[in-house]
Amino acid sequence: MSTFINPVEPFLRADRMPHIWCPGCGIGTTVNCFARALVESKLPLDNVAVVSGIGCTGRVAGYIHLDSFHTTHGRAIPFATGLKLANPNLHVVVYSGDGDLIAIGGNHFIHAARRNVDITVICVNNLTYGMTGGQVAPTTPVGATATTSPYGCFERPFNLPFLAESSGAVYVARWTAFHVRHVAHAMGEAFQKKGFSFIEILSPCPTLYQRRNKMGDGLETMRYYKQHSIIKNGAKTHDVDINLQGEIIVGKFVDIERPTLQQTMEQQLRQTLKDRYAG
Amino acid sequence: MTLTTANPACVLTGPHFLDGDCACSEGAIAAGANFAAGYPITPSTEVVEHFASRIPTVGGVFLQMEDELASSIAILGASWGGAKAFTVTSGPGFSLMMEHIGYAAMTETPCVFVNVQRGGPSTGLPTLPGQADMMQARWGSHGDYEIIALCPNSPQECFNLMIDAFNLAEEYRTPVLVMMDECVGHMTEKVVIPPAEEIKIFPRRYTSLPPSEYLPFRPGPDGIPEMAKAGQGYHAEVTGLTHDEHGYPAMNWQAQHKLVSRLVGKIRDNADRIGRWEEKGLEDAEVAVVAYGITSRVAERAMQMARAEGLKVGLLRPVVVWPFPEKRIRELSLRVRAWVVVEMNYGQMVNEVERCAAGHARTVLLGHGGGTVHEPEEILKAIREAAA
Amino acid sequence: MPEAPAAPKARKFRGQVFIDWDRCKGCGFCIEFCPPRILAFSEEFNSHGYHPPYLAKEEACTGCDLCGLYCPDFAIYGVRVPRNED
Repeated sequence: MSTFINPVEPFLRADRMPHIWCPGCGIGTTVNCFARALVESKLPLDNVAVVSGIGCTGRVAGYIHLDSFHTTHGRAIPFATGLKLANPNLHVVVYSGDGDLIAIGGNHFIHAARRNVDITVICVNNLTYGMTGGQVAPTTPVGATATTSPYGCFERPFNLPFLAESSGAVYVARWTAFHVRHVAHAMGEAFQKKGFSFIEILSPCPTLYQRRNKMGDGLETMRYYKQHSIIKNGAKTHDVDINLQGEIIVGKFVDIERPTLQQTMEQQLRQTLKDRYAG
Repeated sequence: MTLTTANPACVLTGPHFLDGDCACSEGAIAAGANFAAGYPITPSTEVVEHFASRIPTVGGVFLQMEDELASSIAILGASWGGAKAFTVTSGPGFSLMMEHIGYAAMTETPCVFVNVQRGGPSTGLPTLPGQADMMQARWGSHGDYEIIALCPNSPQECFNLMIDAFNLAEEYRTPVLVMMDECVGHMTEKVVIPPAEEIKIFPRRYTSLPPSEYLPFRPGPDGIPEMAKAGQGYHAEVTGLTHDEHGYPAMNWQAQHKLVSRLVGKIRDNADRIGRWEEKGLEDAEVAVVAYGITSRVAERAMQMARAEGLKVGLLRPVVVWPFPEKRIRELSLRVRAWVVVEMNYGQMVNEVERCAAGHARTVLLGHGGGTVHEPEEILKAIREAAA
Repeated sequence: MPEAPAAPKARKFRGQVFIDWDRCKGCGFCIEFCPPRILAFSEEFNSHGYHPPYLAKEEACTGCDLCGLYCPDFAIYGVRVPRNED
């Protein structure tokens, strides 16, 4: 009888299990997809680095058995930029949550997309700040309750694919934690893609967002994703806003080619300095 | 640890006429820095401007980031990618960088932060000198940590101390601050850049253990862990959370005590080796002046004038300001009658001097709000009063 | 998505599921998204007080590992084994 092993197991720091994520949280599901995508991509694993920020999704770096960097809140992307520029052979994956990447990290997000830094950004979007107890986030739909919007969120949220595309991302996709095969496939595509790749993955936060908004548990949310997602590959990102309890447009929205930061930098310097450019 | 020497391709050997900012940049390049991230802020901008124009011809990267928050962590990412990295700023940017100075200390990431101090607080006087960030250099980030901070008083020292800063960063696996001031940064003087083989470099303490045996935060006999970098199969976990020797978060007081006492001890227990100061005329001094940075140049003139009047005055100039030369101040306090601390602030390093004097010698502050350098006469007046 | 299983006599492979009893947090994803719906909550508790799943109809398991892909706690996975291997 041959011995079998969970396909995700080689990627986990087994001595750090069990993880801290709640029952029904979708982050772990995305990690399975990540492991699957890494295996399929055949990337040399010593060259893969995971950088995350602070938050529930930010804990991913700590659980994955690769070069992993758990950085400060909102700053995974500039850390990743420095890491990638210092060693362009690395495949750098930023794995963090919506609050971390888009609120406090928003400025870094748009600039890295603008520059087309060659990194993959996986944003697990649970529409809230989970780790700190369920505060309102720039992704929280209007009307949803959160601890810091106890009477309902009154701010228009970001449409993340739109933000990413407008800032210059070359690969933009949104899926949910229900769409496991699509998520794994998107991750694989993003790993191979040169430039700033952005994948938004909607995920339940059953303990906080879902509970406060009486949306059931993780499983009910996954059923909701299954029922209310509409796959529209190539949809205009302008039109993919998420509303409270509305339809969710998922798919691969942007997949274009653009020179990366490394390429534009080297090209410009070589053009101007010619032989004097040392690289 | 065997020191190596600078790469000749990085070193512009010979005499130059440079301002402190450019000299600082050349010092970084001579030290082998190959990555800088920064954000424009007067009076520090020239450091990175100079680096941006030099480094592509030497080999390396400069990227202007979107803010100081990004700059201060991009250099840490670069360091973990194997680069020798630094950033540069002034007061308002220094405040923004505090979180990442703490993160660098916590993750033991070698790197250099330069603060070309200007008048503060807040936007203050962007184009004029100050020395009012000295306590912030020590205590600016939250939590317990020790910092190494050097204070050049000339463009030559801006060059020299940048090399020392990188060496200290590598030796102690810690962020190191170089606390310039606008006057030193913008004054132009002769800077002699030595031949590359005379510039000693402390190489990064990479481990030679295989990944299966390596623990990223297990200290060596000197309390300092060996380093790894991304891309070599070490799969190290680096986190700002309190962590154990694996780098795994450890949320308990035992891990906290073990880790933080080691981080603090790394610098504190080596203060004698790290510390450096200059003494002039202290052998028979009854009044001792303490001054650093540009102020020390004026203070030296005042000391000469006082000596000419027959006053027994000496000067102690901290070159490494943090860790502070506590022992020496304590010793001298038993001999001198008074300390005159001259600084461009309303009292920062004077508190350290007074603390170390422990009542054995009087401590007097001659401070002001910055924006201008002290005049020798006003320091002389303070010396006379202290001697009376 | 895996194809519908062929008639039993034509199948060369069967499925097998491995469950890490104490990792499970009873979220129900695997039970819900198992295509032939052959997982169910067990009666017993694990050490954390959850009801892990069990394979209720072993012979219908195809080893597609969708359970494994969904499991946020890395507590279950499925494998395809050749039918003659027992």
